[in-house]
Amino acid sequence: MRTGNGGRVDRSRRINFSFDGRAYQGCAGDTLASALLANGVHLVGRSFKYHRPRGFVAAGSEEPNALVDIDRGNGRSAPNLRATQVELYEGLVAKSQNRWPSLAFDLQALNDLAPAGLFGAGFYYKTFMSPRGAWHRLYEPFIRRVAGLGHAPKLPDPDHYSQRYAHCDVLVVGAGATGLAAALAAGETGAAVILADEQAEMGGGLLDERTASIDGLSAANWVGATLARLAAMPNVTLLPRTQAFGYYAQNFLGLAEKLTEHLAAPDKSQPRERLWKVRARQVLLATGAIERPLVFPDNDRPGVMLASAARTFANRYGVRPGERAVVFVADDTGYGAALDLHAAGTEIAVIADLRTAPSGPGFEAASGTGLRIMPATVVTGVSGNLRVSGVTLGSLAADGTVRGGEKIVCDLVLMAGGWTPAVHLFSQSRGKLAYDSERQIYLPGTYAQAAQSAGACNGTFELAQAIAEGHAAGAVAVGTPGTRSFAVTGAIAPAGGFHGAVPHDRNPEQVKAFVDFQNDVTAKDIKLAVREGMHSIEHIKRYTTTGMATDQGKTSNMNGLAIASAALDKPIPDIGLTTFRPPFTPVTFGTLAGHSRGALLDPVRQTPMHGWAAANGAKFEDVGQWKRAWYFPKPGEDMHAAVNRECRAARSAAGLFDATTLGKIEIVGPDAAEFMERLYTNPWHKLGIGRCRYGLMLNEAGFVMDDGVIGRLAADSFHVTTTTGGATRVLAHMEDYLQTEFPELKVWLTSTTEQWAVIAIQGPKAREIIAPLVEGIDLAAETMPHMSVREGSICGVPTRLFRVSFTGELGFEINVPADHGRAVWEAVHEAGVPHGLTPYGTETMHVLRAEKGYIIVGQETDGTVTPSDLGLDWAIGKAKKDFVGKRSLKRPDLVKTDRKHLVGLLTADPKVVLEEGAQITVEASPATGTPALGHVTSSYWSETLGRSIAMALVAGGKGRMGATLHVPMPDGGIAVTVTEPVFFDKEGGRINA
Amino acid sequence: MLLIRCPYCEMERPELEFRYGGEAHVVRAAEPETIGDEAWGQFLYLRSNPKGLHAERWRHTNGCGRFFNCLRDTVTDRIFVTYKAGEPRPELAS
Repeated sequence: MRTGNGGRVDRSRRINFSFDGRAYQGCAGDTLASALLANGVHLVGRSFKYHRPRGFVAAGSEEPNALVDIDRGNGRSAPNLRATQVELYEGLVAKSQNRWPSLAFDLQALNDLAPAGLFGAGFYYKTFMSPRGAWHRLYEPFIRRVAGLGHAPKLPDPDHYSQRYAHCDVLVVGAGATGLAAALAAGETGAAVILADEQAEMGGGLLDERTASIDGLSAANWVGATLARLAAMPNVTLLPRTQAFGYYAQNFLGLAEKLTEHLAAPDKSQPRERLWKVRARQVLLATGAIERPLVFPDNDRPGVMLASAARTFANRYGVRPGERAVVFVADDTGYGAALDLHAAGTEIAVIADLRTAPSGPGFEAASGTGLRIMPATVVTGVSGNLRVSGVTLGSLAADGTVRGGEKIVCDLVLMAGGWTPAVHLFSQSRGKLAYDSERQIYLPGTYAQAAQSAGACNGTFELAQAIAEGHAAGAVAVGTPGTRSFAVTGAIAPAGGFHGAVPHDRNPEQVKAFVDFQNDVTAKDIKLAVREGMHSIEHIKRYTTTGMATDQGKTSNMNGLAIASAALDKPIPDIGLTTFRPPFTPVTFGTLAGHSRGALLDPVRQTPMHGWAAANGAKFEDVGQWKRAWYFPKPGEDMHAAVNRECRAARSAAGLFDATTLGKIEIVGPDAAEFMERLYTNPWHKLGIGRCRYGLMLNEAGFVMDDGVIGRLAADSFHVTTTTGGATRVLAHMEDYLQTEFPELKVWLTSTTEQWAVIAIQGPKAREIIAPLVEGIDLAAETMPHMSVREGSICGVPTRLFRVSFTGELGFEINVPADHGRAVWEAVHEAGVPHGLTPYGTETMHVLRAEKGYIIVGQETDGTVTPSDLGLDWAIGKAKKDFVGKRSLKRPDLVKTDRKHLVGLLTADPKVVLEEGAQITVEASPATGTPALGHVTSSYWSETLGRSIAMALVAGGKGRMGATLHVPMPDGGIAVTVTEPVFFDKEGGRINA
Repeated sequence: MLLIRCPYCEMERPELEFRYGGEAHVVRAAEPETIGDEAWGQFLYLRSNPKGLHAERWRHTNGCGRFFNCLRDTVTDRIFVTYKAGEPRPELAS
């Protein structure tokens, strides 16, 4: 119900919104929570496990219950938003969650009546155990249906999100009294200051003050004046609606700024949220404190809320959350809340104080106002289901026993259990917390980073002291220490407080007193966990799930600790404290992803010939970041038909292939040959200029890492090629050895992958086709044999022309400067068409090389394969004293004879093409658990041979030639014969043509 | 994200520019053939993995491209010093 005046809402500007399909009106300046309360709506959600009706507990980011789904349509929806942080805008559409069919009548509320223990602590470890088969049929489908809170949006997010870096001298987190004073002190020196606050309006708790004044100004006016001064400073950046959610190493913090969530019609060009990645020289935490609920039976009924929340609703939003309140206090601030609600027109039925002899300014003022106060009194029960209708009080004796007391009719119950400093960010910064045993609170202890805490998060609750502390910390942060005092009147500071379960006279087996509202964890659950052997808070937390909900136990952790402490009869610090982890409040995936979505997720690399391939109907495949032409289907062709045609053309006439993506490294310097000698297994010193060699690279452990053809351009210059995917890794590997192991070598390494376009032309007519285009190079077989490289020109463009082959055919790889790649490609294509030249893609390349038994690193190898395993002993320079990986090749495990060797496999039925990755065994139908001998690494239909071929790694494969093995598949084993892994032109006549 | 001082560029740059390179001062023998299987296996695979101060290699991959070494506390992530490849591990004043 709206009060007549006061607060920070504009009663003249009405805002229409809907909740669960029903239309309501709020005011400008409302949150969804305050607007619903102004309409008398308390029931806003159902609890996670028991589906109990729930209302607002808090008024800020610590709210555990009031999670709503906001849907603007067209994919612009977000679940699990705290209604207390959702700013009202015209036309807002909100829905409650976790209920079916409706909020007021939820069928799963039957869970609440389930036998004690069925849903108790660790129930999921016990309940779903047997019978075994029921998991798939029954339990999992059930759990999937009921688990979770909101529903993830199903449509793509149409909004965009921004990210930016920022550097500052001082980052102040929290713009309450302390943070404002700190920002002022730091900002006045001209230092670069960022002040971030999670709320729409800066001022923190000062906006909730009715009676407090600072330096003669009302709290609200002091906020206004201070903000005006800060806003006038060009060196100060004010970030409202900005949650500092993560505190990482070296004062690096993540801030999530909401930019358009509060607007009725956001401008589409504006980002929805912005991620600030801030590096601060000094961090000043002024994050305040969070009020604790009291843990008593039925403390979760809608209408039971924190005293501070009721005070915020009344003072800041002009909303009375009830007409008749029972205020249950253990802290002096509860009296302040009672006075504020009394002033707003809510009848205070009684203030029940758990303490025997309450005292303090709040207590004095409430007594003076004539409010009814009952010391040593507890709430032992709450009546009402969808809304509080009354409470039962009990009187607390000195021995801790409770005697039943009177029932009081009310529609609001306030809880003032004391305050927990918000040390989340401090803890995330890896600072060590210190336990204040007198006040039973954890406070910042030892700092791990350049940071300070001030105000309530530092245990400094009293307002004047907190502001002074903030101001002093701000001055220290910029290196100009100084103190200032602030004159404060009319503020009531936290004093008192209670931790743990409130004693009651009810049957403990039959009541639920909630500790963690969001995960439905009760005091009974924590006691049960302790009885069942969980003695560390880390175990208790996981067993009961207390503190593991999306609110991370902001309101529940200390009560949970205290209950465990009592059950274990150990002091709180001995039980440990769970780790605070980012994010402080949930951050959307959109904010974290920023612009890294869709086409911008990962760079796409295209070759200069990409456009030609696309225009000629190529299908592409992703190889690393590259788009490679996969095959070139003609109308009506599927992949199989296209690949067969491309293979036939390459073997009978010629094929044209874009090999640009191969990694290329230029190795130059007086010691280039010596460097090659050490990095590759092969010998290089004696390689002639203009000659090429197949190079094999190992890692230090002796396993094959990369391969490629390498040409010697001059005594001191090598043109190295690497696998497409290995280019970066190989260059890094080379740099590593050059810089750290062989720094004495004079060698320079340059990546030239992007500099050269590579056009491979392969097939019996390759020479004939390019000959008319080439100048300055004699292509004759005698002068330019297989594995040679020449420099000259083609189509008037300089070229490094390699005579190499990855197909087994006579072939050339024409390297030209990338800018000329497409023109040369087109010229070669045009010249070749009359000869039957056919473009082919990576699939045909794979088939052709497999027919020749050429390996692909990463397909035939997996990081555990040696040259010998691959039958590549010939590529090892036996006379070489050393190369990377040489010593390892002699390790006992690497010389075993039963290692997996590369072999060929021919299926008994030539039409059957094996599946790559399929396992290989001796038996056709091995018993379950039989270890495989190996697996199929490559398998294709060979159009050339008119049958299937495959390569495989098979244990002791070299000794199994001619043997029959099996590839077990779901519909039976496939018989295969083990062969050498070369299927076509074993003599190599074609390649040397 | 760590802020790492590249000893070659002589400036602090964000971790994004660097790549981690494993433990530092693991020396490859000048004549690997003379090393026994046991010792060679340790060189390949065994690392100290300390809780606390760790001498480790980093490379300024997206910067100058140089490898350098770094003393970092593996518990706090605090970087005490970075130094050039080939230089001895510095003694920290305690």
